[in-house]
Amino acid sequence: MSPLLEISHLSYAYHSIDGETYALSDLNFQVEKGEFIAIVGPSGCGKSTLLSLISGLLQPENGTILLDGRSITQTRANVGYMLQKDHLLEWRTVYQNVILGLEIQHKLTTENKLRIEQMLSNYGLEAFRNSRPSQLSGGMRQRAALIRTLAQNPDLLLLDEPFSALDYLTRISVCDDIYRILKKEEKTAILVTHDLSEAISVADRIIILSARPAAIKKIVPVHLTLEERTPLSSRGAPEYKEYFNLIWKELK
Amino acid sequence: MPQASRAHLYYLKKHRRHKRTIAILRILIIALFLLLWEVSANLGWIEAFIFSSPSRVVKTICHMCLDQSIFYHTGITLLETLVSFFLTILIGLLAAILLWCNETISEVAEPYLVILNSLPKSALAPLLIVWLGANMRTIIVAGISVAIFGMVLNLYTGFQETDKEKIKLIYTLQGSRKDVLFKIVLPGTIPLFISILKVNIGLCLVGVIIGEFIGSRMGLGYLIIYGSQTFQLNLVITSIVILCVISLLLYLLLNILERKFRRTTKLV
Repeated sequence: MSPLLEISHLSYAYHSIDGETYALSDLNFQVEKGEFIAIVGPSGCGKSTLLSLISGLLQPENGTILLDGRSITQTRANVGYMLQKDHLLEWRTVYQNVILGLEIQHKLTTENKLRIEQMLSNYGLEAFRNSRPSQLSGGMRQRAALIRTLAQNPDLLLLDEPFSALDYLTRISVCDDIYRILKKEEKTAILVTHDLSEAISVADRIIILSARPAAIKKIVPVHLTLEERTPLSSRGAPEYKEYFNLIWKELK
Repeated sequence: MPQASRAHLYYLKKHRRHKRTIAILRILIIALFLLLWEVSANLGWIEAFIFSSPSRVVKTICHMCLDQSIFYHTGITLLETLVSFFLTILIGLLAAILLWCNETISEVAEPYLVILNSLPKSALAPLLIVWLGANMRTIIVAGISVAIFGMVLNLYTGFQETDKEKIKLIYTLQGSRKDVLFKIVLPGTIPLFISILKVNIGLCLVGVIIGEFIGSRMGLGYLIIYGSQTFQLNLVITSIVILCVISLLLYLLLNILERKFRRTTKLV
């Protein structure tokens, strides 16, 4: 079976009057269907740039990105992208926020609406569908943002530090929530984070990037001996500490 | 609801008393002013022929009500103000959107807009009369000219201050620039838009009065000029009083519309 996402020889540079900044240099990696990948690296190393490229917001200068065997530059691929903040629009109700993507793509079909209803009730937002985003807690907002992303049924989900704006306790429980949702919906996901424990607790493989221009330093497969893996239980796994030290050394 | 504590009741009482004091002081000031004005005119401390007096103003208003000229002139000024207000809003909004849509146009236009905005528009009025003639069209254009440039600049700046990440959100949902405009930029600037409306209604009134000063045979601006040239100061002051009432009413009207709008959209 060919991988869902195949990135080869990917490079990118930003241009400004003062010169050019190399953000990515010659990246190669693959993501299998159903995998949860975490990308860690020093801050400002180009992690977000990588996600923007995969989602098609930026065009690569060199190299190719294949999603399901097709170049994402040719067709706007069905990639869901979750940003750092939830960016729920205050002038819309929770429901109107959740359907924003479908509305833009003119895909408000009965089938899609039904799926949204299902997700709203599954993830505890049914009672708040007509509320304003400001009436939701931080965790609920993030779940609403996730439903908005999942509404278009993306093949691949990109998460750009989606928990970084939350306080520590909320962060752990939202991470748990979202991990369960993604596993339940059987999604392939790439999570960018600078939080090592978060990366180890969710990822099947961790890609470690070097400082800018980002190159792949190491790819670490994560195997934890656990009966049922959740981000919270992963933190108690016997191998957890070893992985932490391993990645920490790579990043230092 | 639990029984409010004594401290809270005391607080509420203090709050009410403060509100009442403010209201009483406001009324007292205007009442004292009118009284002083009336008395000094009657006792000859000031020349009533030049300074008029409240009773003379009331008399003038009664006269003008009888021959219906008050409704005619006030109506004309109101009509001109409202037409120039709506045209300003329409043209200003379209222009700001155009500037937002095309960076080249906005960069080219910026210095011109800044100059036109800071130019005293009363300087343009005589020119407008010559170009467009002494008619209502000129006066409406004068009203627009006072408000439009500031509106375009303010609104365009507001558009530009839209959160970049929210714009990115629309693109991640595979939206186009049109979606960014209609889903993010326009709804996000509604509060700014409302405050621009409030400023503009006053500015349009200023422009209309300037226009009427020099190029009209009707309207309150005309009455003021006519009254001052024929030394009917009662007429001048009456017109100014009516103008005060108009601007107050227009402002209140916009406030009511704003509250209604906020209630229907539930925005705080």
